[in-house]
Amino acid sequence: MTQFTPVSALVGGALIGAAAVLLMAANGRIAGVSGIVEGMLAPVREWAGWKVAFLIGLIAAPALVGLFTGVLPEASYPHSLPMMIAGGLLVGFGTRLGSGCTSGHGVCGIARLSKRSLVATTTFMAAGIATVWVIRLASGG
Amino acid sequence: MRGTAAALSAGLVFGLGLVISGMFNPAKIISFLDVAGAWDPSLLLVMVSALATTFVGYRLTMLRSAPMFETQFNLPVATAIDSKLIIGAGLFGIGWGLSGLCPGPAVTGAALGDIEPYAFLAAMLAGMAARRFI
Repeated sequence: MTQFTPVSALVGGALIGAAAVLLMAANGRIAGVSGIVEGMLAPVREWAGWKVAFLIGLIAAPALVGLFTGVLPEASYPHSLPMMIAGGLLVGFGTRLGSGCTSGHGVCGIARLSKRSLVATTTFMAAGIATVWVIRLASGG
Repeated sequence: MRGTAAALSAGLVFGLGLVISGMFNPAKIISFLDVAGAWDPSLLLVMVSALATTFVGYRLTMLRSAPMFETQFNLPVATAIDSKLIIGAGLFGIGWGLSGLCPGPAVTGAALGDIEPYAFLAAMLAGMAARRFI
């Protein structure tokens, strides 16, 4: 469905890593986006301006790319809104039950050689692959 | 104040990484997870590159006794590999496969005017709220 893009993958990945290192070096925090987003939910458990600031940066990034390249990046969503909603519910519940997502466990946790993060990442990768495979079978592909 | 500016920069660089690597695009995530289809291994290289950078960067960072703008490093202390971790990660993976989105790309994608990330984010917040009651 999409092309293999090794160079942009390596460059983009390095930027994601650099952002994680910056947040740790400056703020002493793990760059775990699910936990940062949960910090916006009322009642707020522990108000932290750094979480709001990080999210503003995250949402401003495509505009910055658009400013430099003259074109806004485009995303494509293969699945229907009901599937996006079902996915969102599971991602919200699952990331909080499992204490992390792709960024917190997959990048920051494994980089800290955390066994928990390695187990979590292996589990969500396997579950994601199995889910896409089931969707492929169900849609007759 | 400088801490807030640093966090803003970190979010911006993180988002740039998601855009440049293509990881803000659910079609690309699903193509990675779709090992029985025309597999796109880009996500694997994103992970390898991000992990290598973070692994080295964290080690250099931890040579300091404290972060630049805070009094201490806030690191996770849990070590137990329990059913919460496995079930949580499993449910997350199913949701990831259904939608092609995880929390970071959903926030970044919300800037692009599509309805899908908003539907996803609203449901995700509901899922997070539900976890607080269970």
